[in-house]
Amino acid sequence: MSIGAIDETNAGVHGLVTLAHGGGGKRMHELIKDVFLPAFANAMLQPLSDSAIGNLNGCKVALTTDAFVVSPIDFPGGDIGKLAVCGTVNDLSVAGAQPLWLCASFIIEEGLRIEVLERIVKSMREAASEAGVSIVAGDTKVVPNGACDKLFIITSGLGIVKANLSAQLIKPGDVVLVNGYIGDHGIAVMSKREGLGFEADVKSDCAPLWSLAEALIENCKGLRCMKDPTRGGVATALHELAEAAGVCIEIDESAIPIRPAVLVACELLGIDVLYVANEGKLLAVVSEEDAELALNVMRSHPLGKDANIIGRVLPEPKGRLVIRTAIGTRRLVEPFSGEQLPRIC
Amino acid sequence: MSIGRFGIRQLLPKSIRLISGPGCPVCVTAQSDIDSFIAIGSFSDVILATFGDMVKVPGSNMSLREAGAHGIDVRVVYSPFDALKLAREMPMKRVVFMAIGFETTAPGIALAVRQAEEERLRNFFIYPALKLIPPAMEALLSFDDVRIDGFICPGHVSTVIGTKPYEPIARKYGKPCVIAGFEPLDILQAVLMLLMQLRSRRAEVENQYRRVVRPDGNEIAKRLIEEVFEPCGVEWRGLGFIEGSGLKLRKRYEHMDARAHFEVTTPPPKVHPMCKCGQILRGAAIPTDCPLFARACTPEHPIGPCMVSSEGACAAYYRYREVSAN
Repeated sequence: MSIGAIDETNAGVHGLVTLAHGGGGKRMHELIKDVFLPAFANAMLQPLSDSAIGNLNGCKVALTTDAFVVSPIDFPGGDIGKLAVCGTVNDLSVAGAQPLWLCASFIIEEGLRIEVLERIVKSMREAASEAGVSIVAGDTKVVPNGACDKLFIITSGLGIVKANLSAQLIKPGDVVLVNGYIGDHGIAVMSKREGLGFEADVKSDCAPLWSLAEALIENCKGLRCMKDPTRGGVATALHELAEAAGVCIEIDESAIPIRPAVLVACELLGIDVLYVANEGKLLAVVSEEDAELALNVMRSHPLGKDANIIGRVLPEPKGRLVIRTAIGTRRLVEPFSGEQLPRIC
Repeated sequence: MSIGRFGIRQLLPKSIRLISGPGCPVCVTAQSDIDSFIAIGSFSDVILATFGDMVKVPGSNMSLREAGAHGIDVRVVYSPFDALKLAREMPMKRVVFMAIGFETTAPGIALAVRQAEEERLRNFFIYPALKLIPPAMEALLSFDDVRIDGFICPGHVSTVIGTKPYEPIARKYGKPCVIAGFEPLDILQAVLMLLMQLRSRRAEVENQYRRVVRPDGNEIAKRLIEEVFEPCGVEWRGLGFIEGSGLKLRKRYEHMDARAHFEVTTPPPKVHPMCKCGQILRGAAIPTDCPLFARACTPEHPIGPCMVSSEGACAAYYRYREVSAN
């Protein structure tokens, strides 16, 4: 076989879609850039941010959508319904937009118990009311046994933009904050995944983040941008920010809040907590002057009591994420590639 | 892996070079084994069960992950017992577990094999690709281009085999061996212990990881391996065929050997001609010496075995490319 043939087998967007294309890492970006972006090309899509932002009769709005295929549909700290609401609410929130309306589509496998569906829908209603949004439209499809797994939910959301936030505003000297313990969601879901055979007393952090985002927007003039570190975790989210802003982000390993149980689970599973999904976490980049203020705003909010300053922005090396380890050495952190475990959200 | 993750190399003077050896079971699994395993999976009633790291390893034509996209039933398991459970729950299917790893995973796999035999599960098979560390170390030292002054020996493997199997290596080849743990201080202390041996011209086996590793290792685990497996010569990716460095099922358990049961034949493995994994694995080259490194060969598109596993030398180099401390 020629070298070319080997390369072809390994090339990202030829041949077949594999689970790695849905992992939130480099492979997924290849798929988006090579398949979706050329087909749909337009100015609002181009930044590939959490929400598209556009003007509607002089009003700046944000629009986003997300599909949820988590397995199992119930996990410690939440279920697929709560996740479907929070995921979309959070994509709007980190774009600086107050979430207003949600649409929800349900793809249901025949044989799902009605009482399960009722429970999931109730959980969506509770999450929506906590987030201050209404679910105003929806769709239902039922597919034959085996055509999907129990229940998939797709939510779309519309919000009004309250602040001009962008990775482009990030400057050397800025600081990076997180609102609490990282990795809880991914580990909570994995701990209930059949076949993984480990128990972890960890609950998903799944929560709607608008009220926290709003507090930051209202109080911190130096707020540059926010990002929710979902699939691909904190490492992938910060890497994307560093690339978009053309700066280096340096995080301090010992400043990152991580629960001991999450660390132990990560060791057992052989994964790095920096790549584990979160569903109630928000990374904020703020000016150096506003760092303490932002930290206080976070810590006085129920979803931010364990917040910490975890890093800072440096001029070089551009587009890179660097970690300062607990023993004082520094190394580069790559964005996530491949898949950690499929169907975490 | 720990060496890269903690940036240990930055703390050492330039005269000390740490080389990642063949320390990862995924890296050293021969391409032909992956090809055969996938070929076995093409039987319609077969479920392939494997550790997660294995799925992205490129075979000659495809990886297990790509095989999954082609409709082959590939399940990621975290333990051989999960594969056993699959076999129990699906009596109409034949479940084949890819038995990879070193002395660390061998006892668990041996236990699963024994359990399957006790339950008379006739639809559970293993594809034996287990490897042994001490014979590989000896094989490393037999190449001309090996430039190794001493060994940091693997802590987990030593937990099972103890300190004694390294003694012939230290004696015969005059290379100091220190068994080390995985924390930064463990590794630094092991480096210091090696340096002290070199300075006083000693070549002994020392145990830095005393809190875990006993001189005789784990007797129960060793007995389990001994009961189910016997040594055999096997092919290592990058190192070639090494006598006595693998494990095959003993006669009593032979019927569980998937290779014999399925009798698949695959064409000889296709290897990228520019890949330097062989030299990297024996310390004759570092990942950045390879013309493919970080260009044609990346964690998303791995060509050689060392880029495949997160513990592989190239993947670790790629991920933890160290930046200057300031």
